Amino acid sequence: MKLLTHNFLQCHIKGVKNGYPLNIEAVKIEERDADFDPDFLRSMFKRIDWKAFLVGAQALGCAEGLPQAVSEEQLQDDGFLQKFHHALLEVCLEEGSLICPETGRRFPVVKGIPNMLLNEDEV
Amino acid sequence: MSSVVLPEAEIRNTNWSSDVYAPSDDSFALVDAVKEYLLQLHSKCLLQQLPRICLEVGCGSGYVICSAALAIQCLEQQQQQQRLVQASSPQPPAAAAAGCGGGCQFFATDINPAALQAAAQTLASHQVHGVQLVQTDLVASLIPRLAGAIDLLLFNPPYVPTPDEEVQRQGIAQAWAGGVDGRRVTDRLLAQLPDLLSPQGHAFIVTVSENRPQEIISILEAQGFVASIALSRAADEESLHILHVHRPAAAAAAAVAGASGSGNTTEAAAVLDTATG
Repeated sequence: MKLLTHNFLQCHIKGVKNGYPLNIEAVKIEERDADFDPDFLRSMFKRIDWKAFLVGAQALGCAEGLPQAVSEEQLQDDGFLQKFHHALLEVCLEEGSLICPETGRRFPVVKGIPNMLLNEDEV
Repeated sequence: MSSVVLPEAEIRNTNWSSDVYAPSDDSFALVDAVKEYLLQLHSKCLLQQLPRICLEVGCGSGYVICSAALAIQCLEQQQQQQRLVQASSPQPPAAAAAGCGGGCQFFATDINPAALQAAAQTLASHQVHGVQLVQTDLVASLIPRLAGAIDLLLFNPPYVPTPDEEVQRQGIAQAWAGGVDGRRVTDRLLAQLPDLLSPQGHAFIVTVSENRPQEIISILEAQGFVASIALSRAADEESLHILHVHRPAAAAAAAVAGASGSGNTTEAAAVLDTATG
């Protein structure tokens, strides 16, 4: 699971109001090369939640060099974009858990696949 | 423009078990309809409209999402080559310099863990990397965050008419049991479609005649979509109809024009200003 995916996932248990961002407990992290595409990164930047992205990057140990807030200039800077690219698309959580910040409910990540299925009493 | 043959997943490299829906006529029809759409983009020189976010709901063996990824990545390479050719000409056109980027990101969900394991193997054996698999019910947990971002949505639902209680059964029945009119699961996704698709998004949905595809088209039109049957095909004991759904061209254009300059950038810039000011 990439941080791109983490950025879109939310705890959807009935009644939960603050199910985002999910905290990450990492057991196994892998890195895989992905094609660097500045235009894609710029368009994705508008879509993602930056604060949640930083939470994920901290947990996966790839937050170094990522600023609290991003300026227009940085979005044109290859140095910044490379770091953003690496954390967003190349660092993958293989084994671990995603944890709902409100309820503490754990969603396991096994072989890189998060299991977001709810039990009957949670729907 | 040169003609192009789009690749698709190979059956011998597609993985499934008794617990996973095997690629069948419906899967092949869906892939054919998507490839035809992609070829249209190519022949009309509209490769800049290639999807950036693609989601398959209920991916089973992974045959469809793998085929979509192979085909889209093939066209992205073509687009890249075209840009290189344009860039090497004496006066590169501004459009080429501006670039429009490749690199579609792929997501696929399934409720069945065995299907996701099979899909992971299918993708790996085709050297398709980076497709993000999520075990969930349709698009639960990805919505609301992925709302309005999906440029290409693929859905081969359980469409076989059955008694409603069959829909809830565990196991492989979940891959085909569609309840009354075979519409129980399809209708759940249709209700969410306005939230899912990006302004320029397209969806391809598998139906059979018993699902009453014309009625589905009416529902989609009432939601403001343009919907049509992209491909019809007679298969064993069923007539397949692949629905193609998108927003009216004017709405897509307006949304694209309105989107520029919004979002994180201005927000983040404002934060920066406060921090430094």
